[in-house]
This record gives sequence, C-alpha cells and structure tokens, in this order.
Amino acid sequence: MKFDTPAATNPIDQLKVVGQPHDRIEGPLKTTGTALYAYEHNLPNQAYGYVVGAGIAKGRIRSMETAEAKRAPGVIAIVTAENAGKLGIGEKNTAKLLGGPEIQHYHQAIALVVAESFEQARAAANLVRVEYQSEKGRFSLNEEKGQGKKPEDGEPDSAVGDFQAGFERAAVKFDAIYHTPDHSHAMMEPHASVAAWDGDKLMVWTSNQMINWGADDLAKTLNINRDSIRLMSPFVGGGFGGKLFLRSDIVLAALGAKAAHRPVKVALQRPLIANNTTHRPATVQRIRIGASQDGKISAIGHESWSGDLEGGQPENAVQQTRFLYAGADRMTQTRLAVLDLPEGNAMRAPGEAPGLMALEIAMDEMAERLEIDPIEFRILNDTQVVPDKPSAPADETDPQAKAGEGGNKDLPFSQRQLTECFRQGAERFGWNKRNPQPAQVRDGRWLVGIGVAAAFRNNQTMDSGARVRLATDGVVTVETDMTDIGTGSYTIIAQTAAEMMGVPLEMVEVRLGDSTYPVSSGSGGQWGGNSSTAGVYAACVKLREAVAQKLGFNADDIEFADSKVRAGNRSLPLKDAAKDGEIVAEDTLEFGDLDKKIHQSTFGAHFVEVGVDSFTGETRIRRMMAVCAAGRILNPKTARSQVIGALTMGAGAALMEELAIDERHGFFANHDLAGYEVPVHADIPHQEVVFLDETDPTSSPMKAKGVGELGICGVGAAVANAIYNATGVRVREYPITLDKLLPEMPDV
Amino acid sequence: MKSFSFERAQSPADAAAAAARQPDAKFIAGGTNLLDLMKLEIEVPTHLIDVNGLALDRIEDTEQGGIRIGALMRNTDLAAHERVRSDYGLLSRALLAGASGQLRNKATTAGNLLQRTRCPYFYDTNMACNKRQPGSGCSAIGGFTRQLAVVGVSDACIATNPSDMNVALRALDATVETVKPDGQTRAIPIADFHKLPGDTPHIETALEQGELITAVTLPKPLGGKHIYRKVRDRASYAFALVSVGAVIQPDGTGRFAVGGVAHKPWRVEEAESELSRGAPAVSQRLFADAKPTNENRFKLALTTRALASVVEEART
Ligand SMILES: Cc1cc2nc3c(=O)[nH]c(=O)nc-3n(C[C@H](O)[C@H](O)[C@H](O)COP(=O)(O)OP(=O)(O)OC[C@H]3O[C@@H](n4cnc5c(N)ncnc54)[C@H](O)[C@@H]3O)c2cc1C
Ligand code: SF4
Repeated sequence: MKFDTPAATNPIDQLKVVGQPHDRIEGPLKTTGTALYAYEHNLPNQAYGYVVGAGIAKGRIRSMETAEAKRAPGVIAIVTAENAGKLGIGEKNTAKLLGGPEIQHYHQAIALVVAESFEQARAAANLVRVEYQSEKGRFSLNEEKGQGKKPEDGEPDSAVGDFQAGFERAAVKFDAIYHTPDHSHAMMEPHASVAAWDGDKLMVWTSNQMINWGADDLAKTLNINRDSIRLMSPFVGGGFGGKLFLRSDIVLAALGAKAAHRPVKVALQRPLIANNTTHRPATVQRIRIGASQDGKISAIGHESWSGDLEGGQPENAVQQTRFLYAGADRMTQTRLAVLDLPEGNAMRAPGEAPGLMALEIAMDEMAERLEIDPIEFRILNDTQVVPDKPSAPADETDPQAKAGEGGNKDLPFSQRQLTECFRQGAERFGWNKRNPQPAQVRDGRWLVGIGVAAAFRNNQTMDSGARVRLATDGVVTVETDMTDIGTGSYTIIAQTAAEMMGVPLEMVEVRLGDSTYPVSSGSGGQWGGNSSTAGVYAACVKLREAVAQKLGFNADDIEFADSKVRAGNRSLPLKDAAKDGEIVAEDTLEFGDLDKKIHQSTFGAHFVEVGVDSFTGETRIRRMMAVCAAGRILNPKTARSQVIGALTMGAGAALMEELAIDERHGFFANHDLAGYEVPVHADIPHQEVVFLDETDPTSSPMKAKGVGELGICGVGAAVANAIYNATGVRVREYPITLDKLLPEMPDV
Repeated sequence: MKSFSFERAQSPADAAAAAARQPDAKFIAGGTNLLDLMKLEIEVPTHLIDVNGLALDRIEDTEQGGIRIGALMRNTDLAAHERVRSDYGLLSRALLAGASGQLRNKATTAGNLLQRTRCPYFYDTNMACNKRQPGSGCSAIGGFTRQLAVVGVSDACIATNPSDMNVALRALDATVETVKPDGQTRAIPIADFHKLPGDTPHIETALEQGELITAVTLPKPLGGKHIYRKVRDRASYAFALVSVGAVIQPDGTGRFAVGGVAHKPWRVEEAESELSRGAPAVSQRLFADAKPTNENRFKLALTTRALASVVEEART
C-alpha cells in the first residue's frame, strides 16, 4: 500500500482497541522468565564462545600465541582473523567486527575461544598471548576538532538569510560553548547470539533491533548468500541504538560455529561492551543567539564538532536548531574529526538528544539575559512553519508562494503543539511557584530549583511489511520481522490487528523478529511504533478484502466487529471465511514523499525540580514531568513506559553518564556498570507523563508518531536549568557532577 | 577463572593451617568480591577454603563493655543488630550506605574489611598495575583518576580503599582479631590493619599468609551523635567519592574518619582537636600531605564541606 496522501477515516479511528492502555501481551512471559532471550536458546551439542578484545587502541598485532589456549581443557576452536577466511564489512559498520592484524580501536574483537563450557572458554581466553605494535592515535576531540571536516553525506550545514550580519545587528547577543560526553547505551541485556549451521544455511538467535539490516550485513561480512541466513530476535533486553547494527557477537558466533562444527553461543562480556560496540559520540557545540530587546530571535547559529573513526559519521547535534525556533538569519554547521576511539554511532535520539542538551541551556541563558520568563521566551519564538528550510516546491498558482524566499513556499508542520505543551506543563507542574531569581529557595540543607526545556524530535517513517493469517478457529496471526526491544511492539501490533479485523485482543497472535517474516521498519529512530503498525494495517486491509470476497460481501460498506463480518443486515462469523483453510494476506506500507510537503515532528516540554545539597553539591531530582504532543498514542501505557524510561536516561545524561577517556591509551576507562553509572531507582523519585490529544493523518494510516526518543530530548537541559535555578551555578559541560558545581557554590 | 580445589574448614585454626599448606590458597566468605576478581583472573587462587561454617557469625558482649563481631557475620545482620543500632549507629549507617541489599546479605565482616580497590585500571588486565602485578607500573597515575586517592599516595599506587564499613571501624577504634596457621591469636588495632601503598601496593593489610580473621571488637560505646555522610554521583549503589564517619559529642568535640580519599580509611587524630575551629581547619590537618591529581583535587574541598555538613547535622 502506498501512503502519499493524508489518511482518511479508517477502521483504526474506532479506537476500540487501539489507543487503549492494554497490558503488554507478552508481559506474563517476561515476568515468569519464560520469554527466551538470545542467550537462553539452548541447542543440542552447543559450545560456548568467549571474546578476546584488543589491548591497544591503534596499531597492529605483532604476534598472537594461541597454542596454550588450544591445549586448555575443553577448548574446541579458536577463531582469529588469520583463520576466519576472508571477511567483508557490513554497510553499516565502520570498523571490522573481527580485527587483526590491524587494530582499529580498543577491545576490538581479535579472537573467539570456543569451548565445551563458558568457564572453560573464559579461562582459555586468558591464555591467548598477544604482542602488539602500538601506533600513536588521535583520542582527544578538543585537540582534533580543529581538523574537523565537513561530512560528505547528508546536510551537514545550513544557512538562511545572513547569520553573521543578523547576529552582529542584534540588540541582545548570546554566545557560548557546550560539551556533551561520550555515552554508552548500557542496556541490560548484553549483545548475545547463538549460531548454528546446517550445511551452508546459518541460523542465528540474536538480540538486534533491525533484523533486515543485520541479515544483510551478516551476509556481506561472511561473504555468503543473504537467503541462506535466518536471523531471529524475538525478545530484546534493551538496545537504545546499540543493537541497530550487526555487531561482533553475531559474526563471532557464526564463525565459531563454523570452526567448531557445532552451535555456538556468544555474549559480549560486560567490560567489553563500552569499547567493543558503538557509543554516542561526544560533542562540542557553539551556540549563538541574537534577539531584539523584547525577545524576538533574529539570528540563531549552532555549530557542532564530533569525532569518529575514519569513514565514520558525525553526531548531528544541530538538527533541532533548524526546526525549533523562528528567526530570520540562521546557520548550522557540523564538523567531523577523525578519532581512534571506538566507533561512534546512534544512541537514543541521535542528534537531538545531545543537541538539545546544549540548545535548551542556551535558551535558558538567553531568556535570563533578556529578563523574560524562559517559557514565554520559547513561546514568543514558536513557529508553525519550518524556519530553516522553506523547501517545499513553489506552487505557481499559489499567491502565498511568492512571499517565500527563493521562490519556495513555507514548509508547514503537520502538527505543532509546542506552546500547548509548555502551557499545560506549567499549569500542572506549578511553574508559577518558581522563583526566577536563582539560589533563593531552600529546604533544609537543600537548594531547590525548577527548570524547563523544550523537547523536539523529527518524526521518521520507514516502509514496513507484515503478513496476517486468519485461521480456521478465527485466530488472527501477525508475522513481521519487527522487533520489540522492550517498547511494546507486540502489544500495539496486536491492537492494530484486533481493531482492523474486529476481534478481541486475545484472538490475535503476534510473531516478531524473524528474517523469514516480511521486512518491517525495525526498531530505531522512534519510527518503529507508527511504521510497523502501519504495515500491519496494510496487510489487514488486504486480509479484509480476501475475507469479504470469500464470504461474498461487497467490500464497500463492510464492517468487521465482534468477530463478525457485517454489511447491511447480513452478518457472518469472521472465522467462516477460513472454513476451507487459512487465509493469508501480506503487504508493505510504502511511505511516499508526504513528509517533504508537510513536515512531521514531535514536540514536548520537560519540567524538572531538583534539590542540590548546599554542602556537597550533590544533585537529586525531586520530580519530573514530560508533556508530549506526538500524534495518536497507540497505547498510553506502553507509551508512558517509553517516556519515563527516556526521562530516566535523560537524567543519567544530565547528572552522571560519561565514558571517561584515557587519552594516553585511547579507550573508555570506566567500561563496566560500576564505573559507568546510570540512574538507579533512588535517583528517580517521581515522574509524570502527559500526552496531548493529537492525531496526525500525514504520518500514516495509524495517525501516530514516535515518542520513545522524544522523551529523552531536552531532559538534560531541563535538569541543568533546574540546577542553575537552585544554585546560580551555570555548568555547560555534562554531566553536571558536584565537582563542577562546588567551585562556584556559596561557602558553608 | 582458573580451576581451583575447594574445602570446608572445620575450625578457625584448621582453616588457617589449611591456608598455610598451600601458598595460593584463599579463604572465601560471601564471595561477593573474591569471585568477581577470580572471573577476571585478577585473583587466581588454586585452592579455596570456605569459612562460612565456622560459627563466626554472631555478636557477643565483651568484658570491657564493648562488642565482639564475628568475622562471618553478614553485613545485613550486623547493621540490623540491636546493640549495634543503639550503641554503634555509625557502623550500622556506614554498612547500609554500601552496596545493595542483596550484596549485604552475602557480604561478611572479614570480607568487607578485605575488599579490594575499585581503581578501574586494577580491573583491566591489559593495563599495567602494581597492585595486580607488582613492578608492572601504575596506569592510573596520569590517567583517569577522578575516583582515586588524594592523600597517603605513592608513586607506585594511588588507589583507594572503597569500604564504607572500614571508615566506621576506624572512627570507632576497632580491633581485628585473628588466628595464625600455628594456632596463635593476635589482635590488630584497625589503625595498623590497612597499609598505605608505598612501594608495595599489593600488600594491603597486616595479615600474614594464612592468617584468618575471626572477629572484630569494638570498645565500649562512645555516646554522642553517630553520623555517616557518603557523597556520591548517584543516590545509591555507588562507591563514595568521599565519605565521613563521625561521632560528635554534645560539647562539639568528636572523632571521625574519611573514606574515598586514601588507601586506608583516613583518620588523623590531631585533626580532631581542630573541630572547634571549623571544617577548613580540620581539613588542613587531615590533608597536610595531600597529593591530589587535577581530576580528584575536588575531593579536598568536598571533604571539608562534607565535614561541615556532619558538624551541622550533629548540632541540630
Ligand atoms: C556491585 C557491588 C557494589 C558494592 N558497593 C559497595 C559499597 O558501596 N560500599 C562498600 O563498602 N562495599 C561495596 N561493595 C563491596 C562489598 O562490601 C564486598 O564485596 C563485601 O563486603 C565482601 O565480603 P565477602 O564476604 O563477600 O568477601 P569475599 O569476597 O568472600 O572475600 C573478600 C576477601 O576477604 C578474604 N576473606 C574472607 N573472609 C576472611 C577471613 N575470615 N579471614 C581472612 N580473609 C578473609 C577473602 O579471601 C578475599 O580475599 C560492593 C560490591 C559489589 C559487587
Ligand atoms: S592506582 Fe594502584 S590499583 Fe590503580 S593502577 Fe595504579 S597501582 Fe594499580
């Protein structure tokens, strides 16, 4: 099904099942431990692999001694680049997943030891002796950013009007530099895979967000036929972008299984994950804002520097600045330096998450300079058209078009309730209780402050396919390679099929994460919920047609409800259609270029109250609230879970998360969960999530958009602004740990 | 993890004797520290002696009016014990500020006393570390040192002792009771129990090979206010950046030890006499010979402020 005009009324709009706060349908499996995650698949005669990571960041392996390891008890095989055969590299990978002799980053996998037991594999892995020839690497973004280049792909830069002149002219100017550190996804379930060969057919149970990308890149890496691979990832214990791509666990499990002639399971050891896999790259960001005395932004500029391995990608931290606030003279610029640190890549809301961490502090600082309430300042500069890019083709017959510059007409947002998010949040959170003067509110030894920030994330869509089956007993089964990474995909897909086919939720079975199923959007970029259900919608439309035909209905006025098919005064049980055998329908929702004519984004406002210990500078969050406008909410319960998780992750980014770089050795030194702190329950006392009523017919037949990433966007800045309000200390370098506050805190 | 043999000791003396028979033997108590380190092959004992069944898991009153805490008493039980809560609140609070409920259910008094450093380079076997491999060098110096020691450091090692319990024991003047392989017992004052790194950071305590901790005694209660202030980046389940364990009397005098700043719980008795002059004066004495790094210099000011917070709390 092609989607290139806004959705009309359709069966989803009944909202009998969709939009309801249903519990997760796979919840009981998870709470009883019977949902099988990748590493829990046990195959007969399986062996265990243990990964050896490189001990240097850059250079070469001079020699690798494996004889002693091979002789160790239980060892079956040792895979290295030397004996693995020629390997390719996945389209979405920058560094090789099995390194050697060249080493591209610390803890790059250089060997897999396969043994009868996990313990034996681990013990033998410690007997592999490697000698390296180290080379000097580039490990400091601060030092290398001067050499940063304009990335070749995408739109690294943008310019509207004349920023320089506009900024010079502005009555009130603001110019500051912000730093965000490298972040680790730190998901609960490590990357893990179990691989088994049957002749030249390869089966892998893994933990991956994007089955199709994974299978494609696995074929490329192993130089085998894509069709001989079956990748399965029915349950994923968190990904956050860290499992978007093929990673070393999959490749090594496959190579290990080949070498051992047995199924092999591999889980990346926790201390390996930070350096072996991808991470969110650090950024340095410069933001300049010029405004009139009454708070109208006239010029806004955002530059960002990040680093990655040669051939890698930038962190697109300027993204939101092209869309969020009005202003005639604008520029954004992205520069990418080469760093020999581990591979940087997407982590929850890549671009906007670190970008808003900077931009939304800058907005707070500018509001203060202008002596305008930070919410009013944002509302004052709200816009209903994309401020950066009037790129919709000019329509000659439209008189308005001529008004736009360059012959283009303004590109409108499909929905934009940013102001409403702020107004509702302010009301519910008690914004009016905030003292605009910093460091005034005390509660015992605590300095108390309130902060706010905008949330913004573009809405992306991805083509998504599904197959639906109607069985003789009336059960509707959905099959799609979509994944559920803890997000609730199972549930919203079941809700979609139930709504479309007019059956109760219990009559729907959902099968996910298998490369033999139709290719879906996968889970990433907050596109999964809307896109994958839209694919199920498309398949259900086909199934409805097939059912109608089978039952001899005229498809026009047909109604599917209460497990029956009705038209006029004729009504038949749905399952009758499958009397002579199962009916199967399959389709893919293909998104056209509607989003080029009407821009789709998701919006929100974050409110945070913190207490900062006046003695020690420890910040403890007291309450958080997110107000989101993100299209139709398909399931308020699972959507809320997404947002509170995102708020938690945002709090981590604000207060503690940082991969600490050892710039001499070129690696992240705090590479386990003791060293890389993420929030615990005690850090997150109270969270509230509000969804504004919204449907967006331009996004898909579901009229939904994403919320899973919107939730993290802006949180860090809201916390930072609350800390400023509490203490009067402005920190522009995340995470805002006490050592950065103390020097400027009042004496005690 | 290297393979190892395993036995259950029958008595404390028996355990010590068994340990002396095998130079690479280790006692295992709760295992919450030892097993993690064995998995990473930072500890590589060839023989483990399980000391959990030695009936060393209770508290008794001493003739001097204090208490004797069994070496195998679980941290949870110790923290919850009525006498500890009423007379040695500092110990109870320090324990509860550490690790998590699950860990404290396993962790023991002796194991906690002997828990090893959390220096990130100690944990990464690709990196040189004098503590892990004597003579190999110290990767931490010049590297990522935010968590590491600011005082009592050496050119060989700047690691900290991460224990919360030890800070309380130091302030409370505990004594560590042991039995040696030859059956002899001795009592080591806590001040002498943990060592500074010097040139031998791998030697962390006064214990000899095979020497078993049987108990920790505390002298008679001090009265006063017992406060444990642990400062950290997140609210729970993190090691201290710095911590202050203090007993403050109504007249404002008191005693305290500091965690997270040195290779041992840091107590400078002379500094305590400065309490009336305020936290900065105390800190000057405490950190007279401090050698912080650029990354952890903040611990000096932070300790001063944490001390001030403790003094303030004692007043109210
Ligand atoms: C995730 C995590 C978080 C933690 N957080 C904290 C924290 O915030 N604060 C804190 O203070 N601690 C913390 N800890 C450390 C914890 O307190 C220690 O692991 C625990 O106290 C060790 O006790 P155990 O009985 O398990 O010792 P084991 O692991 O059994 O033994 C430790 C050492 O003591 C030796 N030993 C044991 N018994 C005896 C004996 N009777 N005589 C002689 N030697 C003996 C062993 O040979 C070994 O060398 C944390 C640990 C973990 C894993
Ligand atoms: S500080 Fe001590 S423990 Fe850390 S690397 Fe240096 S020697 Fe090892």
